[in-house]
Amino acid sequence: MRFVFRRFTFRVFLYAAALLIAVWVLAPYAWLIISSISTKIDLLNVPLKWIPSRPTLENYRSLFADGQSALSQGMSFFSRSMLNSVIVTFSSMAICMFFGVFTAYAVARLSFPGRKFYLMMLMGSYMMPPIAIVIPGYIILKSLHLLDSQVGLALVNITFILPLVVWIMRGFFLSIPLELEEAARIDGSSRLGALLRIILPLSVPGLVSAGVFCFIASWNEYFYAFLYTSMRARTLPVLIGEFTTKVGTDYLKMAAAGVVASAPPVLLALIFQRFLIRGLTEGAVKG
Amino acid sequence: MAIRLFNPLTMDEPRKLGITLVMPSLIIVFGFLLLPFLYSLVLSLMNYDLARPKGNGFIGLGNYIHLTQDKYFLNSVVVTLVFSFASVILEIILGVAIALVMNQDFKGRGILRALIIIPWALPSIVNASMWSWIFNANYGALNALLSQLGILHAYRPWIADPTWAMVLLILTNVWKETPFTVIMVLAALQGIPTHLREAAVMDGAGAVRRFIHVVLPMIAQIVMICGLLQVVWSLLHTFELVYVITRGGPFNSTDIIPMRIYWQTFKGLRFGYGAAMAYLAAIALLIPAVFYIRSAYKTTVE
Repeated sequence: MRFVFRRFTFRVFLYAAALLIAVWVLAPYAWLIISSISTKIDLLNVPLKWIPSRPTLENYRSLFADGQSALSQGMSFFSRSMLNSVIVTFSSMAICMFFGVFTAYAVARLSFPGRKFYLMMLMGSYMMPPIAIVIPGYIILKSLHLLDSQVGLALVNITFILPLVVWIMRGFFLSIPLELEEAARIDGSSRLGALLRIILPLSVPGLVSAGVFCFIASWNEYFYAFLYTSMRARTLPVLIGEFTTKVGTDYLKMAAAGVVASAPPVLLALIFQRFLIRGLTEGAVKG
Repeated sequence: MAIRLFNPLTMDEPRKLGITLVMPSLIIVFGFLLLPFLYSLVLSLMNYDLARPKGNGFIGLGNYIHLTQDKYFLNSVVVTLVFSFASVILEIILGVAIALVMNQDFKGRGILRALIIIPWALPSIVNASMWSWIFNANYGALNALLSQLGILHAYRPWIADPTWAMVLLILTNVWKETPFTVIMVLAALQGIPTHLREAAVMDGAGAVRRFIHVVLPMIAQIVMICGLLQVVWSLLHTFELVYVITRGGPFNSTDIIPMRIYWQTFKGLRFGYGAAMAYLAAIALLIPAVFYIRSAYKTTVE
């Protein structure tokens, strides 16, 4: 009887803890979403009403409508920065995936002088604080006339995304049996031929995992974009930062823009959860 | 012949092929990380002031000597250490606790495991802006919630208070970073063979002793790796959180090192001085980084 009672209290405690965790994780984000569909009147009401009396999409509409100018090339500032984000993210992703896969194959399968050193450097580059290279980076970009340009920002993003790809793909390549590759080579295939025909098709989960990591890291990046871009090439995160830090803080626009900006990474993370967790745990990678 | 030599598609010798394949990313890592890092060293030894370029030039350790007497910088060092270590300790305790709960069997566990990834995936600027809105003195959800629950009688400007500003920043950071620890620890927990647990139960070990003698040794290493990674991360990767929520204030009480560097470099235009600050911070960061690289290298390479 006592045993049953203890089990029961344990279950109650467990569900209470689970509920608490769920509320803790969801409540702040839920409030952002609710704020984004509220009117100013509802949000500035004291005492605050938690459910909007007249839900509206006006905040979203104004994002796409307001602020057209020559600087944003006829689009609203929001659309412009979203386009910038898309361009920067996908171009740096493509470059990193291409070079990253070959590099990962080399460090996973081939022995060459300096391999260990290269691996250590790669790990070290995670640890490289952006603040340590942000100042010379600024001067270099300035002298190359790449400040406030999509190209400049994409180049900068490569520095922290490429190591990520190499690290994740290396783990996946190591998990593929060597015999498969050897069999292909006996049949007359070159090493790279075997990589492209045998190993890559088996590494699709790894490619997905690396791709999603790249996307999230690049899409969410704020610090470099904040310092290296302004009106022309600023990305979504930079614009969102401006809603809350510039004069005339607009929390409604911030909320709507925040929901739009966070939708791709959050949805991707939910959909590709398994791949991400495998990538995270395999390389102790920090996104 | 030359074409054959440089065509990686037909190249089979592992040394040559290896170097060829690594070269592009080696150039990128060297060119974009190592060179700027060295350039940063040179800058830190110079007076490089964009606002007053006349006095620019090599000044040796001048910037570093100045730093040891800069009370704003020394304040930033203390603030950064408090922020980072408080964050990481909370992240580890909370992360392990949540992972232990989520490792149990209950209805909705799958959904909870999926949801926990949301804070991790959220763009950090959205995280910062979202909490800044919640902490708002006049219309924020925190004030509204606390006063509707009867805990608070009047709305408070939380961020105007130095202690509360720091506490809330830490809690915000913890909200965003804990899921990473949860995911890592949960994976480690699932790697514990069930027969170990069952054996401990058979031996009559209670929940606390099972945790200390069976579970803890199995997750100790991953917890340590997480801790080191989080220390490094929060020490110098945190910028937008502070920039958006407190701007380093009030009275510099949350003025972490990246904020200080930002003010000096991009607002004060003293690039040399800012570089010296950044360099000193990066060198200090090498200590936890080396520990991390060594332990991660052991687990994944050997």
